[in-house]
Amino acid sequence: MPGNKQFKLTTMNTNDTKGYLEMDLLRFTTAGSVDDGKSTLIGRLLYDSKSIFEDQMEAIERASERHGDENINLALLTDGLRAEREQGITIDVAYRYFATPKRKFIIADTPGHIQYTRNMVTGASTANLAVILVDARKGILEQTCRHSFIASLLQIPHVVYCINKMDLVDYQEERYNEIRKELEAFASKLEVKDVRFLPVSALHGDNVVDRSENMPWYNGPSLLYTLENIHISGDQNQIDCRFPIQYVIRPHSDEFHDFRGYAGRIAGGVFKAGDDVTVLPSGYTSKIKSIETLGGQLEEAFSPMSVTLTLEDEIDASRGDMIVRNNNQPEVGQEIDLMLCWMGEQPLQPSGKYAIKHTMKDVRCIIKEIKYKVDINTLHRNEEDKQINSNDIARISIRTTSPLLFDRYSRNRNTGSLIMIDEATNFTVGAGMII
Amino acid sequence: MRSSYSLTHLKELEAESIYVIREVVAQFENPVLLFSGGKDSIVCFYLARKAFYPGKVPFSLMHIDTGHNFPETIAFRDDLAKKYDVKMLVGSVQESINQGKAIEEKGYNASRNKMQTVTLLDSIEAHRFDCAMGGARRDEEKARAKERFFSHRDDFGQWDPKNQRPELWNLFNGRKHMGEHFRVFPISNWTEMDIWQYILHEEIELPSLYFSHKRNVFERDGTLLYASDLIQRKETEIPSERIIRFRTIGDVTCTGAIESSASTLEEIIEEVASTRVTERGGRADDKRSEAAMEDRKKEGYF
Repeated sequence: MPGNKQFKLTTMNTNDTKGYLEMDLLRFTTAGSVDDGKSTLIGRLLYDSKSIFEDQMEAIERASERHGDENINLALLTDGLRAEREQGITIDVAYRYFATPKRKFIIADTPGHIQYTRNMVTGASTANLAVILVDARKGILEQTCRHSFIASLLQIPHVVYCINKMDLVDYQEERYNEIRKELEAFASKLEVKDVRFLPVSALHGDNVVDRSENMPWYNGPSLLYTLENIHISGDQNQIDCRFPIQYVIRPHSDEFHDFRGYAGRIAGGVFKAGDDVTVLPSGYTSKIKSIETLGGQLEEAFSPMSVTLTLEDEIDASRGDMIVRNNNQPEVGQEIDLMLCWMGEQPLQPSGKYAIKHTMKDVRCIIKEIKYKVDINTLHRNEEDKQINSNDIARISIRTTSPLLFDRYSRNRNTGSLIMIDEATNFTVGAGMII
Repeated sequence: MRSSYSLTHLKELEAESIYVIREVVAQFENPVLLFSGGKDSIVCFYLARKAFYPGKVPFSLMHIDTGHNFPETIAFRDDLAKKYDVKMLVGSVQESINQGKAIEEKGYNASRNKMQTVTLLDSIEAHRFDCAMGGARRDEEKARAKERFFSHRDDFGQWDPKNQRPELWNLFNGRKHMGEHFRVFPISNWTEMDIWQYILHEEIELPSLYFSHKRNVFERDGTLLYASDLIQRKETEIPSERIIRFRTIGDVTCTGAIESSASTLEEIIEEVASTRVTERGGRADDKRSEAAMEDRKKEGYF
């Protein structure tokens, strides 16, 4: 990086074509405020993996000068909108991309201010991993609790706490252990399967890409090594076979005159030609005749592949129906309990009616009961205050106009999630996780 | 490193894009795929074929023709429509100019790029499209990094970046009021390198402009431009024949060439991997200001 010798270039061979085709994908979210050094951390990952180009770097240098920043301000890389640059804030989820020879990464970079819980939830909804920054001088803050709670609520399988700014506490092992212990105690109250801790200095690059020489007491891997090697293929549910029908393909062409294919993205499990299946909600049974793609038929297909299934029998099935295995079926019901993140400008209406999107199904619902609101800073459940405002998280019960085919969110993020839509504005006002 | 039931990142991106394209057809009544003749829209069309195989792609393609395209782009476009038997609609910027709806820029850096917005919005309205899919990627430009897959446009076709609908999981909300429409970007999560590797792996045909060839070019502000009659040259701008290729394909007037001998996909990939300038770095249209793309997008640009 020009003018900053602390950023050194490492050589990455992402042009190795064979290796490139073998890479897998890790989607992660980063949480923390600007002061936590989040932008610096992301900037370093992008720069050290050669994902910042010269013209982008020059544009940032020019912009930093204009904004009167002394150093090159890496936040300008992620803050893309004019209002953000002017006000020095991040408004929305920004998606960033980088790759190393081992893996391709998508970062959902979300702002840390309280009014933007909705953005954190959005970024977390598709993430396999969350990087949560903690300032080594300050330790656990309210927002650390908030970020952790959201990661747990959204069932992000892996959480990596980066205890940052270690340079400002003289790289002391005692301080790191102190914060780590506090975090461990806190994290045990949450439902995160895999929690890790790292002492870093994003500014100086300690333990970001390479192991730090300033912390010989730390024997673990660097952040990048962790991101590259964390095992993620177990994150998808490969047990419960769920195929929500997205679209029915009927070509009516000479070659495929009687072809009737069910197109969709596998929401769980592994489907094989010859499998006995049930179509819900009708309950008709059949066998999978073939799994079709443009490149030819497949023997088997698994989540999250987009394929087209054909069945041995002619069954009347359409968008919103679900193909499952006979002996492993989702729950079917209209009375549903949810954890809800509210995103509407108007408060959630008790007894209000909203539209719902769940898998490939559109239904309507009525709010039956608001059970409690969660204080996301303390995890305290408030059963008195039923006013659910934007960015609040609550447990509610709903009744839907027709049955949903669902699994608990903790079992399957695809069949356990839904969004609520205000029918007057068409705005997405709620994110629901089925309990 | 991957177990037998995990996907490579390109396969995962492909699955995501196919899902998005199918969702468009399921949620909208009259969608269209915007086609520029560039690699990204070619990949989008290829993914659409995958999404509906063995059925036909159930929507038309639409090209917003500035009249300043490379002849190679137009020939490729027409061949593709014929080969796959798809309807290719053409919205003409020249017609918008003739009707007085768009005003031609003057001078050395005159470009019809910005005028495309007028023709695009008119064409969407004339054909009553309720959704226009495009091949924009989030890695291209920072204003695009915050774009949704399903991007809502008001009845003036405008984008309001501060009032976007949150997009959670893979649940896309395409509900709209009369007169509004959506822009959908199926390859949002792909990078330039992903596109090239996918084209190589899937053997997707591309216009010859992407590959190394001899061409008369001249230099302006550090960019090599095609010495075409469509660009007014200064006296000092003397064209010479060089071996070049284009990294992106847009109008003759604003698409910069790079000196390159890369004549195969493998060579292009090697070149992309070692290059230190973004592909839009050669686009004069983005250099106009720090927020050039954001401003055009708000008005309804691609």
